[in-house]
Amino acid sequence: MTLRRIGLGMLAPASALILALLVSSAALLLIEKSPVDAFSSMASYGTTTDSLISIVNRAVPLFLAGLAVAIGFKMNLFNIGVEGQYRLAALLAASVGAAVTLPAPLHIALIVTVGVAVGAVWAGIPGVLKVTRGVHEVISTIMMNFIATGISAYLLANYLRAENAPNDLIIKTPPIPASGRLPALNGLFGLTDRPDLFGFVTMAVLVGLGYYLLVWRTRFGFDLRASGLNPDAARVSGVHPGGMVIRTMLLSGGIAGLVGMSDLLGFFHRYTLDFPVGLGFTGIAVALLGRNHPAGIALGALLFGFIERSAQILDLEDVPKEIIVIMQGVIILSVVIAYEVVRRLIEAQEVRAAAERTRAASPEATGVPA
Amino acid sequence: MSDRDRAPTVELRGITKRFPGVVANQDVDLLVESGEIHAVVGENGAGKSTLMKVIYGMQRPDEGTILINGEDVHFRSPKDAIEAGIGMVHQHFMLARNLTILENVILGAEPTVASVIRFSEARDRIRELAGGYGMALDPDRLVENLAVGERQRVEILKVLYRGARILILDEPTAVLVPQEVQGLFASLRGLKRQGVTVIFISHKLDEVLEVADTITVMRGGRTVAAVKPAEVTAHRLAELMVGSELPRPEIRESTVTETVALAVEGLSLRGDEGQEVLRDVSFRIHCGEVVGIAGVEGNGQSELIEAIMGIRAVEGGVVRLGERDITAWRTRSRRESGISYIPEDRHSRGLLLSAPLWENAMLGYQTRPPFSKGFWIDRQGARGRTSEVIDHFRVMAPSSEVSAHALSGGNQQKLIVGREMTSGPKVLIAAQPTRGIDVGAQAAVWEQIKQARGAGLGVLLVSADLEELIGLSDTLWVIYGGRLVAHVDPRTVTPEELGGFMTGAGAAEESA
Repeated sequence: MTLRRIGLGMLAPASALILALLVSSAALLLIEKSPVDAFSSMASYGTTTDSLISIVNRAVPLFLAGLAVAIGFKMNLFNIGVEGQYRLAALLAASVGAAVTLPAPLHIALIVTVGVAVGAVWAGIPGVLKVTRGVHEVISTIMMNFIATGISAYLLANYLRAENAPNDLIIKTPPIPASGRLPALNGLFGLTDRPDLFGFVTMAVLVGLGYYLLVWRTRFGFDLRASGLNPDAARVSGVHPGGMVIRTMLLSGGIAGLVGMSDLLGFFHRYTLDFPVGLGFTGIAVALLGRNHPAGIALGALLFGFIERSAQILDLEDVPKEIIVIMQGVIILSVVIAYEVVRRLIEAQEVRAAAERTRAASPEATGVPA
Repeated sequence: MSDRDRAPTVELRGITKRFPGVVANQDVDLLVESGEIHAVVGENGAGKSTLMKVIYGMQRPDEGTILINGEDVHFRSPKDAIEAGIGMVHQHFMLARNLTILENVILGAEPTVASVIRFSEARDRIRELAGGYGMALDPDRLVENLAVGERQRVEILKVLYRGARILILDEPTAVLVPQEVQGLFASLRGLKRQGVTVIFISHKLDEVLEVADTITVMRGGRTVAAVKPAEVTAHRLAELMVGSELPRPEIRESTVTETVALAVEGLSLRGDEGQEVLRDVSFRIHCGEVVGIAGVEGNGQSELIEAIMGIRAVEGGVVRLGERDITAWRTRSRRESGISYIPEDRHSRGLLLSAPLWENAMLGYQTRPPFSKGFWIDRQGARGRTSEVIDHFRVMAPSSEVSAHALSGGNQQKLIVGREMTSGPKVLIAAQPTRGIDVGAQAAVWEQIKQARGAGLGVLLVSADLEELIGLSDTLWVIYGGRLVAHVDPRTVTPEELGGFMTGAGAAEESA
């Protein structure tokens, strides 16, 4: 039955993917392009070694953003503020990292800690507001995104920017010294003369593992999931709802603080105006796609990474690469529907199994008076 | 709607309906004549409600045929049943409290002209309907200001307004005190005069004998007899209902000790809108004692329990567990100190329906062995304990891995009772522990409460089932308007006397 369940579980994303291919094919045909050509060139370009490295690099922040959103989802908390949390965290972590010089491991640890702390504080504010004033976290985290954007721009422009060289118009923080940069992993995999595989991927794997253990194997995780499944029952069981909201928002924000670290430590080494944006919002989609499970989120993040990377080739094929936005949208919509269908299938199957089992096992359950 | 369109008959042949773990209806035959009051009696779990849901199109039978006026019908939803002139009043009212009677009645069936509701037309129609059936109701009163009996009449009006000629009432007297029951019966007779067919479910025999023209008795999912009230006595009906075996909640010898397990002193609290909900409530539960609380729902019972469990903050007063003042403690600390709780609504407060049984079995006990070791969940220990609970409390479940929603209500309740009894509690708070479960499960739960009492537990029993309260309690309090208004001896009190106290009619017999 477990095998069958896994099969059913895979059915949902697979059918969503097929539907997304069909819909984007239709869109391509509408603009008189060949879907076969487009998809086959995406497939061949997306599977080159350089592309694979790029896909993993793209997937790491999406994975972390997905985890940050997912831990909130587990108790029906909707942290839309991952976007603001990671951007503010990246800016302040970059500034702190640039301001100090420490031995390499300590330096990196300090930068990461600052990122986590800033993310946690920024997410903790909506948590406290929800518990003490009843402000819905969707509203407050969205507002906090705007505030984070504003504050980042103000701090960067007025206090944290580095002196620009002549003709350099991009505003940025001073660079982090070499001791605060995370080496690439190319050597480990024999990928010499290739683009860097960012070192932070190891951290992502550890966080994913930690997330799994925390949510499914600890008391805290049980309280968290119980609060999500049935808040009243959780409360009756002794879970303190307010404390749970604040702790979960802190955790979610802490993970969100890691989202920008991969690019910061592995590539940019400073916060600049072209630092990636939108990862927090894509993270929501990735969490949905991955059903709040780290393995699912990892697959979802890799899928999004693949789509974004392989779409680069479409320009050469004279196909507008915005087609991938349609694909991503259809995947998210259909995967949500497909998961619901599968959930009902599993539920019906369980009810049937329980009915058969009890009918066979006990004569007193067959309606004869007990 | 004139008297000439005769109400149709209802005939069921060989209806069978299965649910996980139980066959709710097995080969049921039922014949309801046109224009009669037909009672369907049976113990909790005898299959009455399921049968009514089958007639009303809420459940589709696995086997059998339904004939309305001799015509074979297949209802796919209550909508089909309503079109066929069948209406149902559920045990739990489905009214919007902040709307008027008029608005509630027409909700979903508004008479409109160009999307504008014709209130005056509806008002006249409701007056006419209510008057015709002898129900005095002002259509413009707010539902929240109505007494329970009046709300029930609104529910009946709602159904009649939609043209029902066959009316199904699911345990209409369960929510009423004895005095209100007479009002309901007067309305039912009024309906009968107008040619409406009434099917009503009950397990209270005196009522049935008083008002019904025909009585169908159900037992264990089958119809066992159809009789006329003149032909039977209450005693004979009871025998038909329970068969030879008669599960009774009675407790034999007293096990009450001198040690106080839980004490509530001068407890007062306010509700969400600032209204006074509990005033100066004091009582003690000794080890080995069952303290029952009787009362019409909504008189402060739920809040009292929430205050004891630490879910709701109190305004004044003290809760003591043994010697310790626990008034300021959190729910978790109270539970860890030995207070167990069987919540009144198992779905909304007692279970994680989509989680496996072993996770449900640890709900409320997740902080202690065998369910956890320090920071970590002990999956093996939890599964082991769950299997013990399943075996010992005879929960019909294929394994501890299925989710809770796969179990029938009785088995879910047995799991909750098992969970709350297995971790060595000192005090058990049992709210409506046998509501809506089958006879077998009910007897099992009673047995568990008796055993717990014998083992020295203090038990607080809040129940709407007066016989259960009288049968199980060593001490019985009546709560009315947030105050304990009477302290009675369960060995001598009758349900009628209790009913009097529950409506605030009687004075305290003795106070403590």
